[in-house]
Amino acid sequence: MSILVNKNTKIICQGFTGKQGTLHCEQAIAYGTQMVGGVTPNKGGQIHLGLPVFDTVKQAVNKTGANASIIYVPGAFCQDSLLEAIDADIPLIVCITEGVPVLDMIKIKRLVDQKGICLIGPNCPGIITPDECKMGIMPGYIHKKGNVGIVSRSGTLTYEAVNQTTQLGFGQSTCVGIGGDMIPGSSFIDILQRFEEDDETDVVVMVGEIGGDAEEEASEYIKSNMTKPVVAYIAGVTAPKGKRMGHAGAIISGSSGTAEGKSKALLQAGVNVVPSPDLLGQGVKEVIG
Amino acid sequence: MNLHEYQAKKVLAKFDIPVPEGMVIENEKQALQAYKKLGPIVVAKAQVLTGGRGKAGGVELIKDEASLTAFVDKLLGTNLVTYQTTKKGLPVNAILVEKGVVITKELYLAFLIDRTNKAVTVMASTEGGVEIEKVAQDSPDKIHKIIVSTDKLESFQARELGFALGFEKDLIRQFSILLNKLYQAFIAHDMSMLEINPLIINDENNLLCLDCKVNIEDNALYRQAELAKLRDESQEDAKEVEASKFDLNYIALDGEIGCMVNGAGLAMATMDMIQVCGGRPANFLDVGGNATEDRVTEAFKIIEKDENVKVIFINIFGGMVRCDLIANGILNAIKVLGLKKPIIVRLVGNNADKGNKNLSESKVAVKAVSDFKAAASEAVALSKGE
Repeated sequence: MSILVNKNTKIICQGFTGKQGTLHCEQAIAYGTQMVGGVTPNKGGQIHLGLPVFDTVKQAVNKTGANASIIYVPGAFCQDSLLEAIDADIPLIVCITEGVPVLDMIKIKRLVDQKGICLIGPNCPGIITPDECKMGIMPGYIHKKGNVGIVSRSGTLTYEAVNQTTQLGFGQSTCVGIGGDMIPGSSFIDILQRFEEDDETDVVVMVGEIGGDAEEEASEYIKSNMTKPVVAYIAGVTAPKGKRMGHAGAIISGSSGTAEGKSKALLQAGVNVVPSPDLLGQGVKEVIG
Repeated sequence: MNLHEYQAKKVLAKFDIPVPEGMVIENEKQALQAYKKLGPIVVAKAQVLTGGRGKAGGVELIKDEASLTAFVDKLLGTNLVTYQTTKKGLPVNAILVEKGVVITKELYLAFLIDRTNKAVTVMASTEGGVEIEKVAQDSPDKIHKIIVSTDKLESFQARELGFALGFEKDLIRQFSILLNKLYQAFIAHDMSMLEINPLIINDENNLLCLDCKVNIEDNALYRQAELAKLRDESQEDAKEVEASKFDLNYIALDGEIGCMVNGAGLAMATMDMIQVCGGRPANFLDVGGNATEDRVTEAFKIIEKDENVKVIFINIFGGMVRCDLIANGILNAIKVLGLKKPIIVRLVGNNADKGNKNLSESKVAVKAVSDFKAAASEAVALSKGE
């Protein structure tokens, strides 16, 4: 097993024929991912990367039997693409796009929750289950099949965690980037829960950062529900207050959302919190080595 | 993006939200006109994008013309330093002159994006005019909240909040109408914060928004074109303004190690690692997932403008981009810009070995270090002249 995606996941891409869609779908196909088609309005009937292009998501789902969609549509049009995927009842949606307005996300989040749809992102690197399915923009070659589950708010820090665990010989069950926005489709808790239930995952690496209280909520969850060990790192100890650190959600408002507060909450939940990002792999070794 | 108080009040006025009568002035002549129109008692407020203006002397109650001209002479064209600004402060290019009002009660009201509840939260308190963080800490029971999780702020929610604030019949009606208009303004203009502090009750038992702070969400500026034009670059760090023109995420800090990193999370982690090693980062800089030569060059230019920088630390995880191409980009940028400062580069990922080889074989003063901590330590040592 693994979580969210595996070799049987059939994926369509919204924004398939665009520059980003093309680049990343090509790599996903090369990785062995089961891409089954794409959607670009007014280009229906064409063949792109050897796969059929459809005008609408519903057509794509009907013809291909897709059960997941990845979105590479620019921020200004992203809400519409998300609404279309939700309307077509696709159970798993991954939104890579950065720059989706937060008021749009409030609306989207309400809809996906009502329908029981799993949305990952926006503003995230996506999901990968090594050797089976690469649904996102992460570099496939650094991954290795294994027993570490990784969940993170940051892209490049996820790659750091992957690289370190691969080099120490552990490998990953599934890696999920939940994204750096204020209101993500899925939270740490949503993913931790899946890792807890997954047979192939023995330990979870959680990479958080300043802003909001998702890590504090996750620590409550870990304390009462997780039996598997969790290793964590929180970025942004040196971040100044009131400044948005690249990610829309990475901002300390007043005295809440600090890295210290999050690390403390996780420590109290029994999590192995490492003090610097180079120690994530080592942290895994400490708990399952 | 933050709006100046006068800009925010103009936006609110369009929704028929009660704000004091006022005029924005940029010179002494306009000050006299404003006094003639709004006097004899006016309030003059320096327009800078920061808090703590009152305590810093940026807000004054004025009772005669001479005091107003004195205030204008003293502040206009100077920098106002408050406890929230840097030591340099922020330039006062405009002053808002408002008609004096009689205050019988000061309240606090704010609309915020509520990350926990994934909704808009309205927060109110009878403790207005003071810092709300302090109220939250000292007497949390005096803060009342409603969560708007549908598209509309319902009447019963407005009443709930009004009764919690101790309002009676007439004020409840006024407050409900006001809340609805503010919510409409919040949604229509993609605000991520709308704070009215204080919201006052005047001597005629009417509600009035005496001061306000508005933040428009950056991700939504593309559809708030009119408001986007109001951006006042004079209130921002010059290097941050320059960086934003090239889509680089840059935030100035006060240390000595200039950082250039791909990805926001890794950029923050790099700053933290520098601190772990005993040094201080000069900036946050995310060159984005696509660290091309152009972007690296622009990033170097911005870091070079910071006089405090003694050493530059480049930390790139080559995921989609190839490290050897990045290495060549770094080398070319150094040559073109004639950089003299020592540079430590950590390249990991795609073709990292080849990239490191290119760096090592070059004649410029660049050192490639693959280990994250070792690279940071080296940069810290150089920043201390060791």
